[in-house]
Amino acid sequence: MSALPSFDEVLASYDPAMGLEVHVELNTNSKMFCGCPTAFGAEPNTQVCPTCLGLPGAMPVVNAKGVEAAIRIGLALNCEIAEWCRFARKNYFYPDMPKNFQTSQYDEPIAFEGYLDVDVDGDTFRVEIERAHMEEDTGKATHVGGATGRIQGADYSLIDYNRAGIPLIEIVTKPILGAGERAPEVAKAYVAALRELIVALGVSDARMDQGSIRADVNLSLAPKAPAGSTAGEVVLGTRSETKNVNSLRSVERAVRYEMQRHASVLDAGGKVLQETRHWHEDTGVTTSGREKSDAEDYRYFPEPDLVPVAPSREWVEELRGTLPELPWVRRARLQAEWGFSDLEMRDTVGAGAFDLVEQTIAEGSAPQAARKWWLTELARRANETGVDVAELGVSPAQVAAVQRLVEGGTINDKLARQVFDGLLAGEGTPEEIVAARGLEIVSDDGALSAAVDKAIAENPDIADKIRDGKVAAAGALIGAVMKEMRGQADAGRVRELVLEKLA
Amino acid sequence: MPETPENAEASAQITRDEVAHLANLARIDLSDAELDHLAPQLSVILDSVRSISAVAGDDVPPTSHPMPLTNVFRDDVAVPGLNAEQALAMAPQSEQQRFMVPRILGDEQ
Amino acid sequence: MSTQSAWLTKSAAELAAALAAGEVTSVELTQAHLDRIAAVDGNAEAGVHAFLHVDTEGALAEAAASDARRAAGEPLSELDGVPVAVKDVLTTTGLPTTCGSKILEGWVPPYDATVVRKLKAAGLPILGKTNMDEFAMGSSTEHSAYGPTRNPWALDRIPGGSGGGSAAAVAAYEAPLALGTDTGGSIRQPGAVTGTVGVKPTYGALSRYGLVAMANSLDQVGPVTRTVLDAALLHELVGGHDPLDSTSIDAPVPALAAAAREGALGDLSGLKVGVIQELAGEGYQPGVLARFNEAVELLVGAGAEVVEVSCPSFVHALATYYLVMPCEASSNLAKFDAMRYGLRVLPEGVDAPSAEEVMRASRDAGFGDEVKRRIILGTYALSSGYYDAYYGQAQKVRTLISRDFEAAFASVDVLVSPTAPTTAFKLGEKLDDPLAMYLNDLATIPANLAGVPGMSLPAGLADEDGLPVGFQILAPATEDARLYRVGGALEALLEKKWGGPLLAQNPTLASLESAATEGAAR
Repeated sequence: MSALPSFDEVLASYDPAMGLEVHVELNTNSKMFCGCPTAFGAEPNTQVCPTCLGLPGAMPVVNAKGVEAAIRIGLALNCEIAEWCRFARKNYFYPDMPKNFQTSQYDEPIAFEGYLDVDVDGDTFRVEIERAHMEEDTGKATHVGGATGRIQGADYSLIDYNRAGIPLIEIVTKPILGAGERAPEVAKAYVAALRELIVALGVSDARMDQGSIRADVNLSLAPKAPAGSTAGEVVLGTRSETKNVNSLRSVERAVRYEMQRHASVLDAGGKVLQETRHWHEDTGVTTSGREKSDAEDYRYFPEPDLVPVAPSREWVEELRGTLPELPWVRRARLQAEWGFSDLEMRDTVGAGAFDLVEQTIAEGSAPQAARKWWLTELARRANETGVDVAELGVSPAQVAAVQRLVEGGTINDKLARQVFDGLLAGEGTPEEIVAARGLEIVSDDGALSAAVDKAIAENPDIADKIRDGKVAAAGALIGAVMKEMRGQADAGRVRELVLEKLA
Repeated sequence: MPETPENAEASAQITRDEVAHLANLARIDLSDAELDHLAPQLSVILDSVRSISAVAGDDVPPTSHPMPLTNVFRDDVAVPGLNAEQALAMAPQSEQQRFMVPRILGDEQ
Repeated sequence: MSTQSAWLTKSAAELAAALAAGEVTSVELTQAHLDRIAAVDGNAEAGVHAFLHVDTEGALAEAAASDARRAAGEPLSELDGVPVAVKDVLTTTGLPTTCGSKILEGWVPPYDATVVRKLKAAGLPILGKTNMDEFAMGSSTEHSAYGPTRNPWALDRIPGGSGGGSAAAVAAYEAPLALGTDTGGSIRQPGAVTGTVGVKPTYGALSRYGLVAMANSLDQVGPVTRTVLDAALLHELVGGHDPLDSTSIDAPVPALAAAAREGALGDLSGLKVGVIQELAGEGYQPGVLARFNEAVELLVGAGAEVVEVSCPSFVHALATYYLVMPCEASSNLAKFDAMRYGLRVLPEGVDAPSAEEVMRASRDAGFGDEVKRRIILGTYALSSGYYDAYYGQAQKVRTLISRDFEAAFASVDVLVSPTAPTTAFKLGEKLDDPLAMYLNDLATIPANLAGVPGMSLPAGLADEDGLPVGFQILAPATEDARLYRVGGALEALLEKKWGGPLLAQNPTLASLESAATEGAAR
């Protein structure tokens, strides 16, 4: 393919339309239609039974928790909850699917017609939700032989059905129009917000890297609407569907890439194929998969082995009562409580320290101090060791304890760093570390006075300057005293003593 | 469920090519002789069943389940199923405690 | 019956009583039936060929265990120690389950169907697995990949289907009891043409867990026996709610044996019986209609009020069935793809074939003609563009058929009809005429579409061919007890008239042994 047009060139000629399909793997104890356990990483084919292996004669029974999670997700997405809906069979052959049909929902999803407001650089963008429905996962194939372990060129495949039958909720947006140049950011922000929502609901591990949240990105371009044209005349172009985009960054990159690729095809007078494409994280491009043709005919029909699901309105309202405060609502509330600026708030969230700061404040720390420790000292150390700040090994309670020591005058900010060193080295509580390392600040005038006298004696030139009224030079003497005292001096008192003695 | 093109009723005759297409969808490698034999048989059967196409109007709800049950659920409790040996006992081939299948051509769905 | 034990012709209820009285042991009974199977069952070429697998060792072990429990005074089930045969469509651990198909040849399931588990828990030794049309698709058992079962009344005739094996086993005294499955008549129509009793319970009354599905919304497990009381006992034993089957009815099993015993007293006063006009006229063999009408007269004699009722939508039942069933079947049978179990065939002349090619070749080699016909038909009727005209429309007509039942049962307690339009036809006669074959199920299908229970019991022999005729009783959903009450009454009245069970009149019975032996020698 020839060089892709620049992103700006794309936007000059086309309007993007997106659709996002996100699969959320639920964290239930057992599978969607059988009692098999769902632990991640178990030995192959040890979490299977006649039902999820698709053995002849076996039958499915719906996991109540799966329905409950679907309803809660639906409610959190402002959806209607179906009064009556059925499961359906989606028929297609594939070796990772034991029955050669997927038990899913078709035209009767459990939740429909909702929306999710996402924040894109301070602006709110409403993403409309078409539906959320229940279905089951497939097994996992490992491809053996060939060059790369990929499916193409493999000699044979090995299948582990542990994952087959694990509950999935598929959340489908309506076409997202009008995002323009921000389409990639909107896509990323939507998936990020959805992930946060899922975490808050506690219904999934929500690990994109482990595939417990997987995004499919549908994208099409339409010629740019002439200025002044009214909405409602939207003509969508042919779409591509990029499967299993497995990080937030990739969602953004995949949208951007597909916009450029479509534009390049259209610019050359070509036709975009309606096809499935694969995202390659390493090279940042998509490649063609399977063309969606008429031959793809899933022959959906209602699953006769499962009876309809008819959630009572009482149950739905009861579940509505269990919804947690939405993450962004909670953030706005706490930002106001803490008095953080928008920038401070964004940095805190961006550093992955929001929950840590909240817990540190709950342990008694002042909000700005909590933010300061997590975003400077601890973020730096996490960065150095290459872990998330949450996984550094310092707890919010410990940070709050350190801050108490600072506020009580036992240590200063500089000494606090040594306390964190001690915490990371596992030397005990902050108080124990201060004691063991002898970090307590010296504010006893006797000891300080001697050190100040020594500094004056060793730096006569500087002492003269101060005597001449150049008070700014006091810093050098204070530094010398602090060095002598190995940092454990009350800097304010040292300054007072210096100025007294040289007055 | 999928909508119906207007000519569905008129096309109860099923051609040999259509049977071949359906056999492909159903993953059955029908021989030429089977195709020759099946197409006319299926046409006869379809002719006899199309009589119902005008029997029930739009006001009649479909029945997918003979008994009017709803909300049959199971508690979310994990129970032991089969061990790997039992799971793989009847597999045509296995390797590394997994089902061994020939190379897969198509994409995942 | 020359060398055979006198126990063979007893009913299961009588055998249970004899076991309880210490007149015989389960091992003796089980051995007697195993001997009978060895003597008359033959093979694909000759003999009754009711069994696909016989479990001599397992059955005798279960029998010995039952005898030991009895000797130790442990609690026993009502049929403890009475042997039983199981249709090969129900999964059994340790015994192959082939569904009469090559694609499952040698498959030994790692789990028991719930009804099988209940049989085992109740101490009934399982003699073996009975023959059937492949995946229960047929009305003659000729579509078994392992050769047909032959009718014990005339070995050149079909025993009905799909459960011809279970019906023939019971009719030939190879087993006192059997389990069958009924999707469009597969228990009742074989019952009719072999002179035995077969019941399709209310949909959901018996667990389908472990029943290899043909059409999930129609399939139902049921008893195959020689007497109405035996059917009631077996039905009670394996019936009831199963949390593994979402469509299972969560209610206690009704008192069926009590209903059968009450019926046998012969008093039906106050009962309203409806004769279904649409299922007793054109297309029915004269001898069938004659025996049916005589049986209706007996009901009147017992005090029942008989009226004619019309169920106009029943004329569409066959077409509806032949859309609903293949659609569900085409999806159910997709799992047989040679990847996890079952036959794997490599396509000829293909180097390093792909999974898709192996699936195609295996499914072509492993499925028989009738199965392929129905898979293609179902695939067609579900495919985009045809769904509404076929599957969708069939589901609506299903509603109309249910409404006909509701309207009829508003004025009568039970409905009756001949079970099948004809007596047993000759083997091969309709094998390549699918439509003619399908017509056998005309009268049995409406019950499956509506989920209501139905029973077939012997009504006598047709004058023109001397072969058994079946009488069908239908009741509202969950009112299975009515079948047993009416069936029990009619059976008592008919046997009084005949001077004993109809099976005693089977002229071929005496020559079954020699037929099997000659076949084996051939």
